[in-house]
Amino acid sequence: MAYALQQLINGLTLGAVYGLIAIGYTMVYGIIGMINFAHGDIFMVSAFIAVTAFTLLAAFDITSLPLALTAVLITAIFFTSAYGWAVERMAYRPLRGSTRLAPLISAIGMSIFLQNMVQLTQGARVKPIPPVLEGGIEIWQSGGFTVQISWTQIMIVVVTVVLMVAFTYLITQTAFGRQQRACEQDSTMTALLGINVDRTISATFMLGAALAAVAGVMVTVYYGVVDFFIGFVAGIKAFTAAVLGGIGSLPGAMLGGLIIGLIEAFWAAYLSPEYKDVATFAILILVLMFRPSGLLGRPEVEKV
Amino acid sequence: MSAVIIARHARTPAERFKDAAWVAFVALLLGIPMVGLTTVDEGGALTVQTRFGMLGAFVGASFAGRFIFRWIMDQIRNRRAAKPPVAKIDRTPQAIKVIGWAVLGASITLPIVFSENRYVIDTATTVLIYVMLGWGLNVVVGLAGLLDLGYVAFYAVGAYTYALLFSHFGWTFWEALLVAGAMAAAFGILLGYPILRLRGDYLAIVTLGFGEIIRVILVNWTELSNGPNGIGSIPRPTLFGLPFERNPAEGTQSFATFFGLEFSGMHRIIFLYYLILVLALLTNVFVARLRKLPVGRAWEALREDEIACKAMGMNVTNVKLSAFAIGAMLGGFAGVFFAARQGFISPESFTFTESATILAIVVLGGMGSQLGVVLAALVLVLLPELGRNFSEYRMLLFGTAMVLIMVWKPGGLLASREPTIRLRQAATEGGEA
Repeated sequence: MAYALQQLINGLTLGAVYGLIAIGYTMVYGIIGMINFAHGDIFMVSAFIAVTAFTLLAAFDITSLPLALTAVLITAIFFTSAYGWAVERMAYRPLRGSTRLAPLISAIGMSIFLQNMVQLTQGARVKPIPPVLEGGIEIWQSGGFTVQISWTQIMIVVVTVVLMVAFTYLITQTAFGRQQRACEQDSTMTALLGINVDRTISATFMLGAALAAVAGVMVTVYYGVVDFFIGFVAGIKAFTAAVLGGIGSLPGAMLGGLIIGLIEAFWAAYLSPEYKDVATFAILILVLMFRPSGLLGRPEVEKV
Repeated sequence: MSAVIIARHARTPAERFKDAAWVAFVALLLGIPMVGLTTVDEGGALTVQTRFGMLGAFVGASFAGRFIFRWIMDQIRNRRAAKPPVAKIDRTPQAIKVIGWAVLGASITLPIVFSENRYVIDTATTVLIYVMLGWGLNVVVGLAGLLDLGYVAFYAVGAYTYALLFSHFGWTFWEALLVAGAMAAAFGILLGYPILRLRGDYLAIVTLGFGEIIRVILVNWTELSNGPNGIGSIPRPTLFGLPFERNPAEGTQSFATFFGLEFSGMHRIIFLYYLILVLALLTNVFVARLRKLPVGRAWEALREDEIACKAMGMNVTNVKLSAFAIGAMLGGFAGVFFAARQGFISPESFTFTESATILAIVVLGGMGSQLGVVLAALVLVLLPELGRNFSEYRMLLFGTAMVLIMVWKPGGLLASREPTIRLRQAATEGGEA
């Protein structure tokens, strides 16, 4: 029981990270209907920026934890959003209005490019950073097993919840959110009403990248190591989460992320860690067999 | 609208300068964390290293590159605008036919011209494997319109079927070829069945997941696949039972002794080249014939409009499954050849990057264009090969090429496609008279 509780905590933490990345997929899909394959690599870029920023701060002897974390978060969000913007501008905007597959290939090319760019400029080796946030709370003890929730895990969950609330507000209550949703529904009509569709799309990419940046910093703090390949795995998981929850739906992305995180944690703990990816995809296939538009997705109405 | 765009592009040098400065600023932003700063491991702890010289060079190159690029583009545009548009006769279909025959001729004569150059023939063989895979995937993506991101799974199934049939039962290449194709087709149906109702991008992620499932199983099910170590010493194919060996087993003949030739390692390389050429051409003819059969017509109809297909009483399930099965079977054949050529296979050869490459070949070639697949395979295989001397830039070049070609020609290298059915002009005129 205690062991299961521990896995629940681990799974939720992992799920929160997947959820943050998945929102980027889902928003981009909602607004221009393409899978942004480079999103996972944007997340990876952010993790590298976080490593550099943490090392830089340590070199300047800034050890106050809240200050350091905030500084790293802001740096990562700033630069990663720039990456999100640039990727959209270079690889996707010229392809707007062409076939559905063209931006997909361009995105895969961008993903390969980013991975290799980071490998070249930052090195192929795993980068470790010293633990940023140590310790935790022991919440329960039973049968010689202590259930522990670390400060990092608490931080990840709290940051995710805060971001989700802020984000929901941004999308549902503000002028930008209305523009964004309007572009999702009908971009031509939105343009006719005087809204700069290109700018809205750029902003969507930057927002998605910003959330991926937060996820990148969190993962760096949580695991303490990054390498240039983490983007691929995390990207696929997060994309799976977005599809599982129903692509285009924000709560769906978060829900999907949590489900994937929990499946992974429990499968790895009780059955076999090697096959946890198989389990994730198998459950995705099972869910889609019965709900072809994901858990919270609206079924696509097709007009003839 | 177009007038506005043209006006915007006729730039003064000052505007061009401003544009390039903006690009340089973005390059600076992107460059600071990646080019300008890096962390190096020094005795267990990371330290930050600055590379401002490199960052400066990067930003400067971006500025100059953008400036020159814009200048050239503006020149081209001005020249085009100055010339009155000439009505062009579209000779594309004939030209494609001519190029197609030329490419075929070149590929047949290639081993004769380069009979001593092992590297050229090896590379050409690799290109042909991708051409064959591209033609196979084209059935699923180009004809039936089903986006498949896990095609490499079938390639892996084919390769492993041959490797396992050989290592357990001693089957030869030719015996295993058909069985492996059937096996891959079975896997195609296995994948196709649960996802019949899915559309577009849902399909994409499930196929991607399927590819990953196969790879993870190959890595972890050590009893079956020998895990990450792979399966080795897979025998090469023989020519009607004649092996390409220096010292054939007692009482048998090898290719060299049978034809009274002096043994040369190149015989095998050239034989493998012609083998994949024949396999690829058979694939091409097979797919081209299928397109003219009801099932091929049904695939294309499905791609255009699924609901209309259902309304016409088509069995959409069978149409989709047949596309998956036939595409998978062709991938399986290519997999058997791959295993036989390498002599060694491991799960590493069947990653998502392979699937992405094959899909990129189909899309970059211009969906559904057979010759386009050849051109795209040439570009995508040869381009990284050119960067072989500075191999760390290989994949960087590959990714960049994918983005640039797509942006340059969103419809693919050969976007024009022959209509599947043409109304006969003469018949309609005759009817009116």
